[in-house]
Amino acid sequence: MSTIAIPNETLPRTGIAATLPAPAPLADADRKPLTKKETAADHPTWCPGCGDFSVLALYYKLIEKRKMLHENICTVAGIGCSSRFPYFVQAHGAHFIHGRALAFASGVSLSRPDLHVFVFGGDGDAFSIGGNHFTHTARKNIKLTYVVMDNFVYGLTKKQTSPTSPIGFKSKTDVGGSTDRPVNPMKQAISAGATFVGRATATNLPHLLKLMEAAMDHDGFSFIECLSECIEFFPGAFDAAVPRKGGTFTEIPSEHDVTDEYAAYKLCDAPWPGVFGTFYKVDRATKNANEAKLITDSRAKLAGVPDWQILQRNFDRMK
Amino acid sequence: MSDNTSTATTNDSSRTSAITESVIRIAGDSQDGIQAIGGFLARLAGRSEQEVMTFMTIPSTISGGPSIFQVRIGSGEVLSAGDEADVLLCFYDHSYANHISSLKRGGIVLYDSDHVTPKEDMLSVYRHVGVAISSLTVEAIGGTGRDKGKNIYALGLIARMFDLNVPKLTKLIEERFGGKDPSIVTNALNCFNGGYGHQIQGLIESFRFEHAEKTGAPQVVMSGNEALAYGIIAAGVRFGAGYPITPWSEIMELLRRELPKYGGMFVQTEDEIAAISMAIGGSYAGRVSVTGSSGPGISLKTEALGWASMAEMPVVVIDVQRGGPSTGMPTNQEQSDLNIACFGGHGDSPRVVLAPSSVEDCFYTAIEAVNIARKFSTPVIILSDQAIATRIEAFPCPDLQNICQDISPDFTPVADHKPYDLTATDGVTRHIAPGTRVASGKYPVATGLEHDELGHPTGSGKLHTQMNAKRRNKLRKLASELPVPKIYGATEGHVLLVGWGSSKGPIEEAVKLGRSQGEAVSGLHIKYINPLPNGLENLFNGFTHVVVCEINDEGLYGHGQLASLLRSRYCDPRIKSVTKTDGLPWKVKDILTRALALTK
Repeated sequence: MSTIAIPNETLPRTGIAATLPAPAPLADADRKPLTKKETAADHPTWCPGCGDFSVLALYYKLIEKRKMLHENICTVAGIGCSSRFPYFVQAHGAHFIHGRALAFASGVSLSRPDLHVFVFGGDGDAFSIGGNHFTHTARKNIKLTYVVMDNFVYGLTKKQTSPTSPIGFKSKTDVGGSTDRPVNPMKQAISAGATFVGRATATNLPHLLKLMEAAMDHDGFSFIECLSECIEFFPGAFDAAVPRKGGTFTEIPSEHDVTDEYAAYKLCDAPWPGVFGTFYKVDRATKNANEAKLITDSRAKLAGVPDWQILQRNFDRMK
Repeated sequence: MSDNTSTATTNDSSRTSAITESVIRIAGDSQDGIQAIGGFLARLAGRSEQEVMTFMTIPSTISGGPSIFQVRIGSGEVLSAGDEADVLLCFYDHSYANHISSLKRGGIVLYDSDHVTPKEDMLSVYRHVGVAISSLTVEAIGGTGRDKGKNIYALGLIARMFDLNVPKLTKLIEERFGGKDPSIVTNALNCFNGGYGHQIQGLIESFRFEHAEKTGAPQVVMSGNEALAYGIIAAGVRFGAGYPITPWSEIMELLRRELPKYGGMFVQTEDEIAAISMAIGGSYAGRVSVTGSSGPGISLKTEALGWASMAEMPVVVIDVQRGGPSTGMPTNQEQSDLNIACFGGHGDSPRVVLAPSSVEDCFYTAIEAVNIARKFSTPVIILSDQAIATRIEAFPCPDLQNICQDISPDFTPVADHKPYDLTATDGVTRHIAPGTRVASGKYPVATGLEHDELGHPTGSGKLHTQMNAKRRNKLRKLASELPVPKIYGATEGHVLLVGWGSSKGPIEEAVKLGRSQGEAVSGLHIKYINPLPNGLENLFNGFTHVVVCEINDEGLYGHGQLASLLRSRYCDPRIKSVTKTDGLPWKVKDILTRALALTK
């Protein structure tokens, strides 16, 4: 039997390529909050006026406000205009394939309980090609925050109908106007089992920041639909929710019980442009916690037993 | 049965022949527990330091259907599950009708006379031994009216016929059924003893395996799927994700059950795409992760696999091949995923492909795959197949204390980091996981867009060319490190039989058979499919013909998948193809006959 011998000790455990001596890490307490200058990376490729700029700016702000450590920031995205996000953040990030950002981020979240993963994407990524992952990540209640910058149109591919495009929307794939019923992201998330479901706009910054903070603090799958205007292919789409353009921004009344699923569904049907805030928020065991419990239980009788001996026990039974 | 040796007289006055090996085929329906009989025999052989190899077919239907289990036990080297059976145990007329031809002339057919009516014209060809297995089983367990347990009764019959070690078998039965309701163990032992004590009418001899040479090392007995899964654990992998599909499911079930004991986790995902995406996420987070599937699922995984090539992210993907395309023949053997493993996906996406040759090799290949993925920061595919996945073999217990490795993440801060550094030796760069501080403040983005050295997108044709070269060159470096396989038999001759994956054993037996008939035949097994090791052309040069034997279709241009790859690599017209797609492992005789006919 031929195998190539690659002694384990010759391999870095994850692989650190840099040969330069590493600096001694600063004690966390000595580290100052990151400024926008330190967290900004590439200049965004978005069109001037795009709603996504606000979300990015608030993410920088969130990082600064919550004193997140540079190395512990992890930003994941799929494909689309908004999914370019990780390139614009000076931190560990991954730009994955179309629609699968949640599955990728789940792998990070489940294997790294020390991190809080942020996933950014668009409506195509979330509700069309990645619809299945949206449902199941919500169902499993995997601890991460998913911000969907919903612009009701495919922007990167230049104006095709999206799963949230309203009926009658004229696009290159529906020249006579879209006829397919759009997805209601709030309903979709609640029915799938998301444990934090919120709605915001890219034009009301304090409200969005507050929601992002709450989402980050939530122990579970937190989802925010953020209406973010595509000024190129669907200009004015959300004017009805922007007071300075004559619209109204209606916040969810404070007496709404966020643990009441039926009340939350009712809010989802509010007439256009709908209401904003936290629709639904409940505590339910996360997949992360369930798996951690499984590990604890499985290891209860194995305390102090090295891995090879656990395996040896199995092999002894196969003799 | 190689009954070349002495006979001895036992006290019950029947003859006992000493034999070196035997092929026993058990045919029934899948719910009869015939795999359990096979499993007991294989395990017993392993404990008796005998070589053993099994072969089974399972119906793809949910409840039952014809199923077989074949065990070949030998005192010497056992390379394949055997072309012909010495003993056929059959439970039904359909098992009799479908499998009688698999028996050697003069072989013994042991049948359940409650269900099987032997054919007149077969009586002179095979030795028929009828036992009312079903009704005797009911009798043995005290007449509950059910014949559940007839597999164990039949095991008793076989134990008597082959003079097997009863205390060891009894212990195996106790281990297998222990821990459940104690009446189950009692019933099982009653069945076994009933069969063992039954005086078989018409059988005047029994057989005894010659003592195998003691190797000293205790043997373990397991299936290829188990060996792969345990190899993944030994390699230090602690995170994985998968979606159920035959014949891969067994691996994910085992990992799901076992990994928590090691502080790890295996996630059952919503689909195949999520499975590979989540595994890549796990690798990105700092520790090489695993996913797997069979053909249809591998098709779905190819886009994400391309991302792992592009982003240079290590990940191990197990493909337990079955008959394809599409849903194909889900419970049959085929080696038709070589092309998708090496080339599946869009764009130029180099990846490593390894094909283990035996159950033992499955264990070590899993570790090797993980370490290649780590060293070269690349996706690695392990190409197993249905036959190797389900067959049971005995092999020396690995030295786990020295083999098991710790690959826990390392978050040591770095001064600076270029994830795609073009000046890196041989193009090999590595990934640093989130949690790793970079003092320069410049953090990497892992990306599927063509990128610069820091992972930022680029539309530059020059960079795309350079990065393609980087991704390709590191695998060329790997090729230069791979061991050149050794020829089995003489290094010069008329025909070199080339195989890959699970056909190693049958090909080596074909070489032995050919040599015994005076043919100048040798064998070569290729484990490293992509990249191929350097220097194969020198091995080919010793032969007039190079015949690649593989279980896939000859395709539009007359060559199997590995043959096509070798022809494109070496432009050598001596490379020819012998292929088949009947869903079954190679028969040794077929390999030899067809290869010789092709090269006459």
